[in-house]
Amino acid sequence: MTEAKAADTVLDVKNLQTVFFTNSGLFRAVDDVSFSVRRGETLAIVGESGCGKSVTALSVMRLVPDPPGRVVGGSVTLEGKDLLSLDEAEMRNICGNRISMIFQEPMTSLNPVMRIGDQITEVLRLHQEMTAKEAWAKAVEMLRLVRIPEPQRRAHEYPHQLSGGMRQRAMIAMALACRPALLIADEPTTALDVTIQAQILALIVDLQKTLGTGLILITHDLGVVAQTAQRVIVMYAGKKVEEATVEDLFENPKHPYTRGLMASMPAVISFGAKTDARLNEIPGMVPSLTNLPPGCAFAPRCSLAMDRCRAEYPPLQETGADHFAACWRVAEMGAAP
Amino acid sequence: MTDQRPLLEVTDLVKHYAVRGGILRRRVGTVHAVDGVSFSVGKGETLGLVGESGCGKSTVARSVLRLVEPSSGAIKLNGTDITGLSKADMRPHRRSMQIVFQDPFASLNPRMTAGDIVGEPLGVHGIATGRAQQDRVAELFAQVGLRPDQMKNYPHQFSGGQRQRICIARALSLGPSLIVCDEPVSALDVSIQAQVINLLIDLQRKNDFSYLFIAHDLAVVAHISHRVAVMYLGRIVEIADKSELFANPRHPYTQALLASVPVADPKAKRLAPMIDGDVPSPINPPSGCAFHTRCRYAMDRCKVERPALVAAGEGHQVACWLNDGTGRAPEDL
Repeated sequence: MTEAKAADTVLDVKNLQTVFFTNSGLFRAVDDVSFSVRRGETLAIVGESGCGKSVTALSVMRLVPDPPGRVVGGSVTLEGKDLLSLDEAEMRNICGNRISMIFQEPMTSLNPVMRIGDQITEVLRLHQEMTAKEAWAKAVEMLRLVRIPEPQRRAHEYPHQLSGGMRQRAMIAMALACRPALLIADEPTTALDVTIQAQILALIVDLQKTLGTGLILITHDLGVVAQTAQRVIVMYAGKKVEEATVEDLFENPKHPYTRGLMASMPAVISFGAKTDARLNEIPGMVPSLTNLPPGCAFAPRCSLAMDRCRAEYPPLQETGADHFAACWRVAEMGAAP
Repeated sequence: MTDQRPLLEVTDLVKHYAVRGGILRRRVGTVHAVDGVSFSVGKGETLGLVGESGCGKSTVARSVLRLVEPSSGAIKLNGTDITGLSKADMRPHRRSMQIVFQDPFASLNPRMTAGDIVGEPLGVHGIATGRAQQDRVAELFAQVGLRPDQMKNYPHQFSGGQRQRICIARALSLGPSLIVCDEPVSALDVSIQAQVINLLIDLQRKNDFSYLFIAHDLAVVAHISHRVAVMYLGRIVEIADKSELFANPRHPYTQALLASVPVADPKAKRLAPMIDGDVPSPINPPSGCAFHTRCRYAMDRCKVERPALVAAGEGHQVACWLNDGTGRAPEDL
């Protein structure tokens, strides 16, 4: 990483390892994952359920429930501070202030018995020296910023009085109230309808640009990734299997899993395509983390797997400028088929 | 494909729910869940029904199966009007229509083995019992890509995709002519979605039944359907052959819906929401065309008069006042 880049880095995660101790044994939800986010940059983390993308986010926020989970290795550096070594009080100062998070289901992450305005005011008064009055005015301003119509009136309403899209806007207002350096959005639009999803994504990208916030967007939807991110990490069974710039990843995916994911997505506008053309499917299913195969976790589903894949885990190799993939056969992976 | 009489004919289907309030539980309003929907599904055809949450697509599905009683309208299956049939008279028709639900976790009895779940309809309809039933179930398991030795397992021992396969096997067991799929893949991961969609397509080719396929995911619907109907607030606003609908959408809502789908191509950056605001409440739907509150082309007429679904080209119907009731031509885009 060059000097200029380093100065711009908001979050730097190195060799993060999070494990869960369960009755059926220990499993590595996040296994040796490294990445960084720069100011104003959007990093997307993609993968299917159970791949560790959400636990990665929770580990950064230090929200992994302990027990059964624990971050057992690596470092998380936010604006030069090692988050993993902070005590509870120091961490509380940072959460919601320098780093904040929005979740998939806004109804379960908003307090149902508090007015929207009060919930935003609470964040502001906790982290910034503000009188109740100033904070309320700021809360209304935040609601206006996320384009909620009639913010004065809406601030007095309770979450159940808002629609799903409005609730997610209110969540965004709350998350950005203290102008954090980093925003983590965990499937922020998965629960929303597609027209509302387009509105919310446009809003997040727009605000991020004006405020210069670093953004980690966690999603399973490659369409959302293509439309919002600058860089992408693909995760599979707790490990990072590929990382690249968004253009490079879509043009030239190197890992067989990434290729499989892209091929299995039905394209929406398949003009003239045969009606009942079959999709390319990835055979088998996502392995259980408690019972991972030795070697590459994707090998049992991979059509290119060789003996080495089943025995040894492939290291992350640089395959091009800013492009990394963990696959033994990466050198043979030319342009996408 | 649709040369003969259609398999399923739905005419003017209406389903209203009462909203009750106050101590006396008086009727204080009406939810217009489905408000005059007509369509047909041919033999061996897949009709996709798309729309956002609350547009009434699931209510249509359930009304077709008479899982909810429609307020008015007619449902004809193979030419027989099933709308007014009694429970007993309905039973023989139940064999020819089956449903696959969205959530394979909630739609399987956790205390029954997979084999019993798939075999139960065979027993209920007196088709096969004992050994014969076992054999038939094993055959169905093989058809949906499960191993016959998994018959003795319980639902919790299966993954989401496998559970959906069990639901499909159960739907197949009676040899139906129509399978209603209500969001069958939206609870599944992308790579598993493709497997289940392929399975549904393969089964249709082999058995020649029809699907009424309901989903909010346009990509999935576009892939599996022959024809697609778009619903908005309880009404069909546009219906056409799949390739025609996606190439020449005529209703501004369909156009907005298509434009809202994020494209998996970073070069096509076009995250510009085409419509603002939320879907209005179906309790007091807007007058005239229900979409006029969000439509950027709304005219005075749209606010008062409700446009009917009329022909606007080969196999294409649209409900929009623009251009003399033919909707917005794609060349205006």
